[in-house]
Amino acid sequence: MENNKRLNLSNAQLKWENGFKRVLIAMSALLVLVIVGVLATLIVESLPSIKSLGIGFLWGKVWDPVSNVYGAYPFLVGTLLTSFIALIISIPFSYAIAIYLGEYNPKGWLSDLLKNTIELIAAVPSIIYGFWGLFVLVPIIRTFELKIHVAPYGIGVFTSSLILTIMIIPYAASLGITLIRMVPSPLKEGAYALGATRWEVIRRVIMPYTRSGLFAGVLLSLGRALGETMAVTMLIGNTSAIASTFKDVIFGPGNTMASVIANEFTEADHTQYLSALIELGLVLFLVTVVINLIGKRIITRFTNN
Amino acid sequence: MESTIVKAENYNSYFGDNHVVKDVNISINRNEVIAVMGPSGCGKTTFLRGINRMHELIQGATSKGKILLDGQNVYDMNPIYVRYKIGMVFQRPNPFPNLSIYENVVAGYMLNGLKLSKADKDVIVERSLTSAALWKEVKDSLHKKGTFLSGGQQQRLCIARAIAMQPDLILFDEPTSALDPISTSSVEQLFHELKKNYTLIIVTHNMQQAARVSDRTAFFYLGELVEFDDTKVMFTNPKDQRTQNYITGRFS
Amino acid sequence: MIFKGVIVFFAFLMTVPLIIILVYIIKQGIFQVNWHFLTGVPAPVGEPGGGIANALLGSFLMVLMAAVVAIPVGMAAGIYLSENPKTKLAYYSGLCVDILQGVPSIVVGIVVYFWIVKPLGTFSAISGSIALAIMMLPIVIRSTEQTLKLLPDSLKEAALSLGVPYHRVIMKVIIPCGFAGILSGITLSVARVIGETAPLLFTAFGNPYLSASITKPMESLPHLIFTYATSPYDDWHNLAWGASFILLMFVLLLNIITKLLTRKWKVQL
Repeated sequence: MENNKRLNLSNAQLKWENGFKRVLIAMSALLVLVIVGVLATLIVESLPSIKSLGIGFLWGKVWDPVSNVYGAYPFLVGTLLTSFIALIISIPFSYAIAIYLGEYNPKGWLSDLLKNTIELIAAVPSIIYGFWGLFVLVPIIRTFELKIHVAPYGIGVFTSSLILTIMIIPYAASLGITLIRMVPSPLKEGAYALGATRWEVIRRVIMPYTRSGLFAGVLLSLGRALGETMAVTMLIGNTSAIASTFKDVIFGPGNTMASVIANEFTEADHTQYLSALIELGLVLFLVTVVINLIGKRIITRFTNN
Repeated sequence: MESTIVKAENYNSYFGDNHVVKDVNISINRNEVIAVMGPSGCGKTTFLRGINRMHELIQGATSKGKILLDGQNVYDMNPIYVRYKIGMVFQRPNPFPNLSIYENVVAGYMLNGLKLSKADKDVIVERSLTSAALWKEVKDSLHKKGTFLSGGQQQRLCIARAIAMQPDLILFDEPTSALDPISTSSVEQLFHELKKNYTLIIVTHNMQQAARVSDRTAFFYLGELVEFDDTKVMFTNPKDQRTQNYITGRFS
Repeated sequence: MIFKGVIVFFAFLMTVPLIIILVYIIKQGIFQVNWHFLTGVPAPVGEPGGGIANALLGSFLMVLMAAVVAIPVGMAAGIYLSENPKTKLAYYSGLCVDILQGVPSIVVGIVVYFWIVKPLGTFSAISGSIALAIMMLPIVIRSTEQTLKLLPDSLKEAALSLGVPYHRVIMKVIIPCGFAGILSGITLSVARVIGETAPLLFTAFGNPYLSASITKPMESLPHLIFTYATSPYDDWHNLAWGASFILLMFVLLLNIITKLLTRKWKVQL
């Protein structure tokens, strides 16, 4: 190709090159725009509620759209209860899986099986968990509640927590596996050489080393639990009143921030109502984002060391 | 045609604030083989990559001064065009892994969307691979991917790929430092053949290689072009004390 | 020794609920599926039979539209992040990807409601797909970024030194070399999003009729399951079981494909 023709081609290519680079930049900037947009929309739409209810919204105990009274407290309780119960129950399982696959048996068909199981648990859509929970778990819990002399709702905070437990285990587990595998061999070998047993090495070398990372895994699981909507909506009973006895709080019906939004959003017929629901969404957004970011920050710091 | 093909005038290179190549002035003639040598970190590779404007692709990398290719400052030209006019061979052989040997040779055309007839492509492939002394070894496996080739063969494939574009100037960035001695010598033999049609600038950290293959040698030290002379003179009677120290092994 | 036993016990105990759930869904759902089920729409209350064609079509269309948006945008952002990791934009953009990954899906639904449903005055498939696209983005972006980061710089350099312009280097060399890895990110994001209900609750809303109109409400598999599972009618429960079975099979299939692609990509490296 003669030089002139080639030069013309190169000149045209330069223009395309610059355009391409600009598109890449634009698409990356779009992401920032989306997040800013999400935050802005949430704030703008919850403004009426923020203005009229103020900060007392967060500890308002009554949620009664008919009388135009809105308080977030029942949902904060519901969200925190379901998430923390799920978290506490899930921790032994997540840790066990992480330790088994990270230290005891990182390779082989058995560990592949377990790994695939964990990934499958994460892959199942939450609506299916909810559906199954409604038809299988709820009757079981009802029987259980009869046995322990509690009102046999079947649905409720406890049942939701159980299903949530299953759903969040993969998050802490897979992070834990990665972290435990990152423990440097010399550290472990040194301990073994000194005569430590597996158990001692895990407890005194691996656990302390990965402690902050595992905590981050817990945070990520928490973030997942807080934002979970469908399975919880189907199993929690959708009651916006706070139960009077402790037993009923745990075993009775309730609501989370996500589930009340899911249930009442399309029914919200006036601004106050809708705006209060959006405010819940804003709170949910802020809390989950903060928890997730802290978790991710800990992990980056850990992996960079 | 003028005999000077590349001329650097007060050329400087920077990585951010780091002044890596300092005020280089050098004039290179057609069909010469120029070796550029010096200890690690002396700026020789940075200088080389400034000639075909690869240097500026690194974030924060800048340069000042002129590099004239056939009288025209490459920094006033379209960088894509400059890189097309100048061929480059890298330290580690880097044939495209998803392309066959045949496709690798004509990659400079195909990746630019330039359609060539099969006949044209065949001609280019055979000519380039022959010039790179690789034709006989691969002519029956042109459509296989190049992964089965040895290091030396892969490097010659990269040379063929560069030659296929018919550049006047080919830059080599330590082309044999990742190769075994036999491959190294096959590539060095190639330089003698290539100089008939091309001008070669070869950065090397191997003094003996510089002495073996080049007509003139440039010695870089701490970013400066310390000395540039006929190779024979450089190695027997260098004018600068630093050059003397380098070739006698005081530092490397 | 006891310790190991405890660990193994707890670790493998997790397989139990999964197996129970999978088996139950398959058992309840597989016999619902027949030709009529796949091609008919839900029957009114009281009438037996009915199908999920509206949901199948709806999910297909909406996921397709979401992918059409999310794949180019996600790949572009992923390319930028892997090519320019040290810029300010990369930092903030990466931060936003991390944030987006953690945003609850119901919040995405709320926001898209205000962005698209309200201005348009109607629930629509478009709004549903935008919500799904937003959820697909972080996965596509991160997997593109990570795939490209693993490719050696020498690949880019070789192409650039031949006088190939940057956009061609990326599109004709880098992307094709990382194709398996990028594709696995795409299939993963699709697997994630076909099961999402919350973002569709107030965007696509749902539609008992077979409709391909993207400016009208549209049904989807997960939404159908939600609506019919929580209804008091046994017939509708059966529909939901069948739909759950189909959805589960799709998700499993996509995850298997993702795994195969990831393996192919790792081997290539």
